[in-house]
Amino acid sequence: MNEPAVVLDGVTVSYGRHEALRNVSVEFPRGAIGLLGPNGAGKSTLIKALLGLLPPSSGRMRVLGYDISEAPLAVRARVGYMPESDAHIPGMTAFSFVSYCAKLSGLPPADAMQRAHEVLFYVGLGEARYRNVETYSTGMKQRVKLAQALVHDPELLFLDEPTDGMDPTGRDEMLALVRDIAARKGMTLILSSHLLPDVEFACDHVVVLHKGAVATEGPIAALKGPSGRVFELRVKGEEARFADAIRAEGLEYRGDPGDVIRVFVPEDRSPQLLFQLAARSGVQVRHLRPSVPSLEDVFARALGDEP
Amino acid sequence: MPIHDQGYRHYTGGRALHGRGWWVIAHHGVLDRLRERRFLALLLFAWSLFVFRAVELYIGTTVIRGAFFFAPSEETFRTFLEQQRLFVFFITIYAGAGLIATDRQSNALQIYLSKPITRNNYIGGKLLTLALFLVAVTWFPAMLLLVLQILFSGSLDFVISHPRLVPAITLASMLQVALASMMMLALSSLSRSRRFAAMMYAGIVIFAGVLDGALERVSGNPLWVLISPQNTLLLLIDSIFGVPPDDTAVLGLAVAAFAILLAACLFTLERRVHAVDVVA
Repeated sequence: MNEPAVVLDGVTVSYGRHEALRNVSVEFPRGAIGLLGPNGAGKSTLIKALLGLLPPSSGRMRVLGYDISEAPLAVRARVGYMPESDAHIPGMTAFSFVSYCAKLSGLPPADAMQRAHEVLFYVGLGEARYRNVETYSTGMKQRVKLAQALVHDPELLFLDEPTDGMDPTGRDEMLALVRDIAARKGMTLILSSHLLPDVEFACDHVVVLHKGAVATEGPIAALKGPSGRVFELRVKGEEARFADAIRAEGLEYRGDPGDVIRVFVPEDRSPQLLFQLAARSGVQVRHLRPSVPSLEDVFARALGDEP
Repeated sequence: MPIHDQGYRHYTGGRALHGRGWWVIAHHGVLDRLRERRFLALLLFAWSLFVFRAVELYIGTTVIRGAFFFAPSEETFRTFLEQQRLFVFFITIYAGAGLIATDRQSNALQIYLSKPITRNNYIGGKLLTLALFLVAVTWFPAMLLLVLQILFSGSLDFVISHPRLVPAITLASMLQVALASMMMLALSSLSRSRRFAAMMYAGIVIFAGVLDGALERVSGNPLWVLISPQNTLLLLIDSIFGVPPDDTAVLGLAVAAFAILLAACLFTLERRVHAVDVVA
């Protein structure tokens, strides 16, 4: 069970001459893993390669212990996939669509029907399950895509932009579902998104892709770094003198004049020092609070937006 | 919309072995079509010639025994299969045009191919869906006519005296079904619109047939038959039933053209059925 859910070793995937993934080597542990990256970073390509839908030009991929190039059907029987784009089978109700997907995954007809009912209730479409999918709103279509991915009870779930196009309430409900699946149902999931709050809410581990390569990866808590040691300040008075005083004490100072100042205070120094330095510099501290590092900081660092 | 039930249960039941997806697809495709009344009406209408032929057989074997006009022969079955081409055409368009085109239109291919089924499973399932309906209006009524002939005459003499009839009916039907279903499926995979796929199929069948007729008449060269899939098929069916073409050299070329056409259809399907459209 401690074996990683997904292992990539030197994987390159190309569309013609364009390399969408470049020599990617990374391990996805069990649990809820966020796959972050700006548009065009290679997130969807990575998921499609892991499903065996896009063959890599080089490298090896193992999913749940199976080599995808040798046993694609064994992998697909154990994973669920919620595609990014609108995808359904025309002319079907949600119930018939989901039960059909269950049968395609190998479930006997009676079990497929029972599972379809259960899963549609689980995703919140119980009352609307006999409506044609084509009449659904965007949010409902997202839910039915999640239902078809869950219906055969996969060990691993690939969710490609699951909150795309949803309203705030629907988005919150979808994220609650995603978190419930990972935290309470013991399912490993890989959530691909460019929305940092979604990943931060639902996942505990993140892989950041940028231009087809892994920019950073690890547990979100570890990547964010120690909390409470960076302080945000606003001061009134001669800021330049204050900045010099801080630097003279060997502390790290960041900020533009008139804007919020960020100061890193090491473990062995007290934040009281900031008040002492302010008094010495003749400036008034108008605002001070510990800075909470966010996934956005991690993302920006990984993408090289911040020194 | 509220989430009514957070109770997700893990599945503990059995699962079928991989590789049976084609059957699930075909089963669903057939049932889905049979729910349409218009299609049921078309299927029933496709059996109207069978009724006419059955009456003819009854008259020829019981009422006016031995009458030349009604007497059953290999020709009866050959013309029956050739006349059924009209219904094969309409059923192919009705049941086949959207088989892949609508899946492409609604991005369903990535749903199918993310399940434990292969592309061959998918193509096989779609092919079987159409082929079953076509068998139901070609091979099945032809064989049923033969059974009726045996029942009306009360003896197996006719079948015994025409030993190649059963294989000929089977082979001719299979060629008809293979050509129509493969062509339609390949054309359906080329488009995201079932209407466009239907128009392409009808265009090829009708236009190529008319062009062949005109060119053969003007030039007097029977080789022009090869440009029309339907007329090539007709030539092959005639040969199967022992009616040789005027120019025997055409027959070999017709077999080759038929095989090339089927291979081209398979090649098209192989190229077009993908979960991910790669635009390089």
